[in-house]
Amino acid sequence: MKNLICFLLTLFALATATPAVSADEEIVVYSARKEHLIKPLFDAYSKMSGVEIIYITDKAGPLLARLKAEGANTPADMLITVDAGNLWQAAEQGVLAHVDSKTLNSNIPTHLRDPDNRWFGLSVRARTIVYSTERVKKGELSSYEDLADPKWKGRLCLRTSKKVYNQSLVATMIDRLGEKKAEQVVKGWVGNLAVPPFSDDTRIMKAIVAGQCDVGIVNTYYFGRLQKKDPGVKLALFWPNQKKSGVHVNVSGAGITRYAKHKAAAIKLLEWLSSAEAQKLFAGLNMEYPANPKVKPDPKVAAWGEFKGDDSNIAKAGALQRKAVMLMDRAGYR
Amino acid sequence: MTTELSVNAGTLPRRSLFHRHGWHIATMALAAIVAMPLLLIFSGWLQAENEVWRHLSETVLADLVGNTLVLLVGVMLGVLLLGVGLAWLTALCDFPGRCFFDWALMLPLAVPAYVLAFVALGVLDYAGPLQTQLRSLFGDGVWFPQIRSTGGVISVLVLVLYPYVYMLTRSAFLTQGQGTLEAARILGLGPWGGFFKVALPMARPAIVAGTSLALMETLADFGTVAVFNYDTFTTAIYKAWFGLFNLQAASQLASLLLLFVALALIAEGRLRGRARYHETGCRSPQQRHHLVGIRAWLATLAAASLFGLAFVFPVLQLLLWAWEVVRNDLDSRYLALLWHTLLLVSLAAVLTVCGALLLAFAKRYRDDAVNSVAVRIATLGYAMPGSVLAIGVMLTFTGIDNFINALWRLFGNAASGQLLGGTVAALLMAYLVRFLAVAFGPIDSGLGRIRPSIAEAARSLGAAPRELLQRVYLPLLRPGLLTALLLVLVDVMKEMPATQLLRPFGWDTLAVRIYEMTSEGEWERAALPAITLILAGLLPVIYLVRRSGHDAPSPQASPREPMNKSGRRWV
Repeated sequence: MKNLICFLLTLFALATATPAVSADEEIVVYSARKEHLIKPLFDAYSKMSGVEIIYITDKAGPLLARLKAEGANTPADMLITVDAGNLWQAAEQGVLAHVDSKTLNSNIPTHLRDPDNRWFGLSVRARTIVYSTERVKKGELSSYEDLADPKWKGRLCLRTSKKVYNQSLVATMIDRLGEKKAEQVVKGWVGNLAVPPFSDDTRIMKAIVAGQCDVGIVNTYYFGRLQKKDPGVKLALFWPNQKKSGVHVNVSGAGITRYAKHKAAAIKLLEWLSSAEAQKLFAGLNMEYPANPKVKPDPKVAAWGEFKGDDSNIAKAGALQRKAVMLMDRAGYR
Repeated sequence: MTTELSVNAGTLPRRSLFHRHGWHIATMALAAIVAMPLLLIFSGWLQAENEVWRHLSETVLADLVGNTLVLLVGVMLGVLLLGVGLAWLTALCDFPGRCFFDWALMLPLAVPAYVLAFVALGVLDYAGPLQTQLRSLFGDGVWFPQIRSTGGVISVLVLVLYPYVYMLTRSAFLTQGQGTLEAARILGLGPWGGFFKVALPMARPAIVAGTSLALMETLADFGTVAVFNYDTFTTAIYKAWFGLFNLQAASQLASLLLLFVALALIAEGRLRGRARYHETGCRSPQQRHHLVGIRAWLATLAAASLFGLAFVFPVLQLLLWAWEVVRNDLDSRYLALLWHTLLLVSLAAVLTVCGALLLAFAKRYRDDAVNSVAVRIATLGYAMPGSVLAIGVMLTFTGIDNFINALWRLFGNAASGQLLGGTVAALLMAYLVRFLAVAFGPIDSGLGRIRPSIAEAARSLGAAPRELLQRVYLPLLRPGLLTALLLVLVDVMKEMPATQLLRPFGWDTLAVRIYEMTSEGEWERAALPAITLILAGLLPVIYLVRRSGHDAPSPQASPREPMNKSGRRWV
């Protein structure tokens, strides 16, 4: 019994004895962007400025709930998350602060940040059409809406509607086409599915390669990863909706928390993240497009060709996400 | 320590309030700890969320409930068949390789369900290497069962969850007296008759405990069904939360899930009635039923193929994937990941087992309404989806923090910010709430098999309560305790959502690392942390299993022995 207690106390002492960090020189970040995509940036910033960055990663939903519950006592200074829907929701729930920064305003285009400057897009991801170069001619493709056409029956692969990327895509369609038309399109997609929706984008592309289906909708960086592993992969990207609205784009971005304890330092970090130097790394680490238009994408990414992206404000996707989820449920899109 | 005080309450003349209500105070305190986060989740009902409910019930809810029920029935049949069947084979029969399979069949416990899911899908789906190979050999028309289907999800869950039933049932069979089975034989029952009419009913508490663990895990599972994109009731909870941004509606759905589990458990209790399952008479060492010829080899084949599917196959595939990325991904941080994992796991396991021990003793000494309600509440957390439970625990701690901070400010001090919220304490509490049921099952069923007369005899021989615990109960309970410890260890190791939300800064564990990779669909890169997790989980599995194997015969098979030893000293 005594041994057990001694053992437990020792363990507990070990557990709580995390090295203390000097309080002035730190920034605390809650991040829904994965560790391996942000750590190199933080390391670079710490090396340059001497500011320590402490972070924790989790899904956007739990992080947001935690921020809300902690209220004024939160240790977090910055929230980094993926998808405009999540950023919009964070702003809506009042956990983000309005930031007035000339640097940020000039580095990040208006349509990639909150109209009220509570969050800023830091990298752009394009969700576009991928097709089999063996079984599909480029000329057959035109738009997202066209994938609902019966000519694609049994040839389409989609990711689950539970993924926020698809929710945002459908949200922008609601914005563009109205709810009724958007629902028809989604119903058309569901009718054309070759197999039930997949749990991730990579599986869609593998299924197309294996011949299970011919076209799909994916984020470009997943294609980039696959291409890196297998340069000869018989797939290509197609930029849809070029005549009108443009390719659906989304962001990963960040905001300063309302009750930030190191607000000035955190804003500096955010400004740095939008700078040319950081943007290259931020987008490059995941083969995304930089949000700062002055920065060119990675050559491998640029090789996929230029495209017209949807330049309506992505905050709309956030506001309409709820409707999009309900619409997809009605359409039977799992 | 509380345990000792409370043992006093049962044995000494009633004196103070504490002595009279020792058990109640202890169990209610524990139940309150578990109930707090659950109550916060139930408080979602304070706000009406008609819109979400209307939407869900008009569209997907019926399907989701249907899917969940199908999944539950499938998993139940699967784990019963595999768990009980194999336990019978390894505990009471003899066949080639029995000694190895006896413990090897527990190893799949170390494989997280979501890991087996992504391995199975990666290898067996249409685009995977196996089917691609088959198509290149036999052409495109070759038939292969659809992996991303109800059957696929059920199979994966059964393969990782059957060890719960197997372990508990096996130890129940092992401790069943040969006498009862012999009596059954003498009275004319064949081996099957003996199995169905005697051994099985006697092992019922253990079988039920194991099966309900497997089913609660199924209900709470999100990772596995997400990989398969199979929609269950949990999906609705997450849809309400992440898709419709409505945490209230999500908590309402989650509390319905809990209610369902509570009712199911109560119903089982009613069905069991007031039956008790103590051992009677002295036990002789088990005589195994020797299988011969084709039957023996069939038994070996069954055990081997199961072990291969549930353990060898995922481990080999993970090793293969891990090998491809090990040069880039393996760095010094893995040591920290491993260290954090092991530290958290051992703290949580000891804490949870102590809690479960307290509950089980309370139930034994004072089986009244207060205690049985407390026990029911305290063991509900396992059925709660991890993320939702984590939110409950987080709300509890931030509530306490905010309260203390407010008090602090009231006295004119500056706010001190986070106190408990970001500490290991919050995480340990989450583990306790979630896994108390896991530890309680084996301890309770172990305790149930110890005849009250043994303790009574010890007491009449003058054993102090402390001695009673240390020299009688703990040795007799050892197999149950080890099982409980092992289950919690492995479960905490695999736990993902609560660890993610509540871990202190910098406290990444292997499970967190797996999530970082799988959430982006990088299955191959997830293989490295996954295989590390499985290997780390294997150490306690092998150690505890071997110990329980060695220990089982001595204190369990002849319960009189420790009494004799101690008796000599006491008298």
